[in-house]
Amino acid sequence: MLRFLVRRTLQLIPTLGGLSILLFVWLQRLPGGPEYALLPDDATPEQREQMRRSLGLEEPIAVQYLTFLRRILQGDLGTSLQTGRPVLEEFLTRFPATFELSVTAMAIAVSVGLPLGYLAARRRGGVLDFAAVGGSLLGICTPVFFLAFVLKVVFSEGLGLFPSAFRLSPGLSRTELSGFVVLDGLRTGELDVVWDALLHLALPGVALASIPLAVIVRMTRASVLEVLDEDYVRTADAKGLHRSTVRTRHVMRNAMLPVVTSIGLLTGSLFAGAVLTESVFAFPGIGSFVYVATQTRDYPVLTGFILVIAAMYVLINLLVDISYSLLDPRVRAQ
Amino acid sequence: MFTKPSRKLLAPLAAAASLTLLATACAESERDEGGQEAPFVFGSAGDIKSLDPFLANDGETFRYSRQVFQTLLEHESGGSEIVGGLAEDWEQSEDGTVWTFHLRDGVVFHDGDELDAEAVCANFDRWHNLSGPWQSSNNSYYWQAIFGGFAENEDEALPESRYVSCEATDELTAVITITEYSSIFPGGFSLAAFGIMSPSTLEAIADAEITGEEGNYSLPDYTRTPGTVAGTGPFTVEEWNRDQAEVTLKRFDDYWGDTAGFETMILRAIPDENARRQALEAGDIHGYDLVAPADVEPLVEAGFQVPTRDVFNVLYLAYQQETNEALAELEVRQALAHAVDRQRIVDTILPEGGEVATQFHPDTLDGWSPDVTTYEYDPERAEELLEEAGHADLTIDFCYPTEVTRPYMPAPRDIFDVISADLEAVGVTVEAKSYEWTEYIGRTDSGECSLYLLGWTGDYNDAYNFIGTWFAVQNDAWGMDEPELFDAMAEASSNPDQEERIAAYQELNEQIMEILPGLPISSSPPSIAFAANVEPPAVSPLTQENFAEGSWKE
Repeated sequence: MLRFLVRRTLQLIPTLGGLSILLFVWLQRLPGGPEYALLPDDATPEQREQMRRSLGLEEPIAVQYLTFLRRILQGDLGTSLQTGRPVLEEFLTRFPATFELSVTAMAIAVSVGLPLGYLAARRRGGVLDFAAVGGSLLGICTPVFFLAFVLKVVFSEGLGLFPSAFRLSPGLSRTELSGFVVLDGLRTGELDVVWDALLHLALPGVALASIPLAVIVRMTRASVLEVLDEDYVRTADAKGLHRSTVRTRHVMRNAMLPVVTSIGLLTGSLFAGAVLTESVFAFPGIGSFVYVATQTRDYPVLTGFILVIAAMYVLINLLVDISYSLLDPRVRAQ
Repeated sequence: MFTKPSRKLLAPLAAAASLTLLATACAESERDEGGQEAPFVFGSAGDIKSLDPFLANDGETFRYSRQVFQTLLEHESGGSEIVGGLAEDWEQSEDGTVWTFHLRDGVVFHDGDELDAEAVCANFDRWHNLSGPWQSSNNSYYWQAIFGGFAENEDEALPESRYVSCEATDELTAVITITEYSSIFPGGFSLAAFGIMSPSTLEAIADAEITGEEGNYSLPDYTRTPGTVAGTGPFTVEEWNRDQAEVTLKRFDDYWGDTAGFETMILRAIPDENARRQALEAGDIHGYDLVAPADVEPLVEAGFQVPTRDVFNVLYLAYQQETNEALAELEVRQALAHAVDRQRIVDTILPEGGEVATQFHPDTLDGWSPDVTTYEYDPERAEELLEEAGHADLTIDFCYPTEVTRPYMPAPRDIFDVISADLEAVGVTVEAKSYEWTEYIGRTDSGECSLYLLGWTGDYNDAYNFIGTWFAVQNDAWGMDEPELFDAMAEASSNPDQEERIAAYQELNEQIMEILPGLPISSSPPSIAFAANVEPPAVSPLTQENFAEGSWKE
């Protein structure tokens, strides 16, 4: 197991190294540099030139890449051109918001998706199945910004159930222990803060959950259908095992393997999906910060974000592999 | 086949329904806002960059800083005339190089320091003596735009400093000397970047450094820690919660003027335009800026207040004379001007209050001339002119920006469509090119587009702030070479006599519209929205609202 972990961790190096080159070249190729984004429209060519120099953009490209790589290796993602603060610090400040949102979205997706997919498979061809398949298709097809718009019109403006923006109500006082609002509230006993944070998480959580939810429903349904046809399930039923035992030990456990893989990949994609969701809900996480960075050509922020996402994907894949071995003894034996 | 919903399925549904009911009850009690003590929440388009406005060059930082810091001069409430700010009145020497400011008596800073001439001079001297990374244009943009360079320039590209000295001739008189007059004065003294900070603040930040190596600068701590910076404005900075992108301002009870109507004002960033509107509709915020023209009417119908500012911007269609040789011919430029139905753009795309522009700045600025050559919509005349010039089959590339709205250009694609259709109607073949904003600015700046849409919102009330931006020197954006115009422009700009300068601007406007380097299209009033229970501040054509004037309705 240890060897497996070490090997997988070492695989990170070429993956991230290759990615850093691709990323660097791509960013260099983008037309319209930060000197246009950072200075007002009327800045003179001299001012733009001075800005390019002060940002180190006049150096040969190889020098720029090596500087970039050296900094990354030192754990320095550079300084945001917009805020003048270290990118890593900006990410860490905003990470708790994005983490809470992603966890909410995944919790919604898994807690609704798994049972729904399972029930759809059990009642194949029924109304529930039809609704689950149709609904998940709709979930995949609906753009997040449109879903966000509908959610806000119905639940925020119409029914007044949930706030339409932000992470906490403006001016709400709270004891700040860490950036994790819900956890902090639970630790300090400020339940009003917890409740306020949960209300603010609801709509963006649902919007962000839409795609993973749809994928999980479909994956679970397909996987359960496949397992239900297996001989060992029929045998288990035939030998008179209790229905719930057949469902949990034989059907769900076997059907879970592909679903867990997709949950892993979907968790990685949540951070990328947060860019749009957070910006339409003014949810102050990494996503909305990156959204602004894309408009202002904030290279260090974009580079850092993509590297972080890539590292997360690799890490999550590692976790998925480990969870395989827990779910499937055959993988462990190998 | 219908199956009866099982009890197991119904149980969680029932639980969800009761939770929703609970949520409704709680949510409603929290929404019961609008009372005297409730914070006024304003949805801004982005978070602020720095608590010290000197380091900024963006509207959102300045929106915050105008509430907290004050400048020597400012613009009248709701207008564009320059009036006294911290200086009650001021005078300039005949040659425009010596500016004497008579400061208000009894002004105190948020930290208890008193305003005097020494404090004002200490601020100017600090800016003038900045060194190292402070001299990067990103960290001192407006100082460089107004005063050029520093006491000791560290970059050869920086111009000599226009600033000579600031002397406190008595307790309340500050005399600022500059090397030569330029029309950027006195407007330059009103820029939010030059907000005056208290002597204690200056002492505390004297050693603050922008750290890091080239291209990787890091701003000093004081720029984000409330409690260090103190101004004289109607609000103090209580908190800048960066992880919520939220700035909380508190009423300053010892303010020298009328104290703020709101006890607490919160600026909260909502970068997405639709999200801002929905947050106002949902009651999460009480006001926001940069309202899309299409949203104005629905918001008013829904009971919101959407006051319209006076116009202080201009949108134009630029002709790049080097990129497309045909544009170097006056007849062709005139033909294109006659071909475009600008009234249709104003009527169908711009918000109410928009108007067709006859010259390169709005009539709210002194120097606007009623006698410029005008170019009426006349497609037949356009065809004739093209025929005469031998360009009846003209093909031209036309650039427009995507994914952006500017106060002067609410819907670039729609505006492009109208103009493009008009040009095609007179026989011009248009090659459409669209670019994302930053790329667009780069390409148009370097002369890669023959026709393109761009505009400008003024910083202060001087015509040179508009026409000088484009037509002061030969540049790639326009590709025209008119030495006479450039000379006349320089002469007007350096004339310290205001009346003569205004007369010169009028002549320049007439001259420019004869040359017709591009077609001024329209001026568009940017809108700002407020909830029904808010008494809004006077709206400013320069988007410089003083939120202390606002209050909750009784």
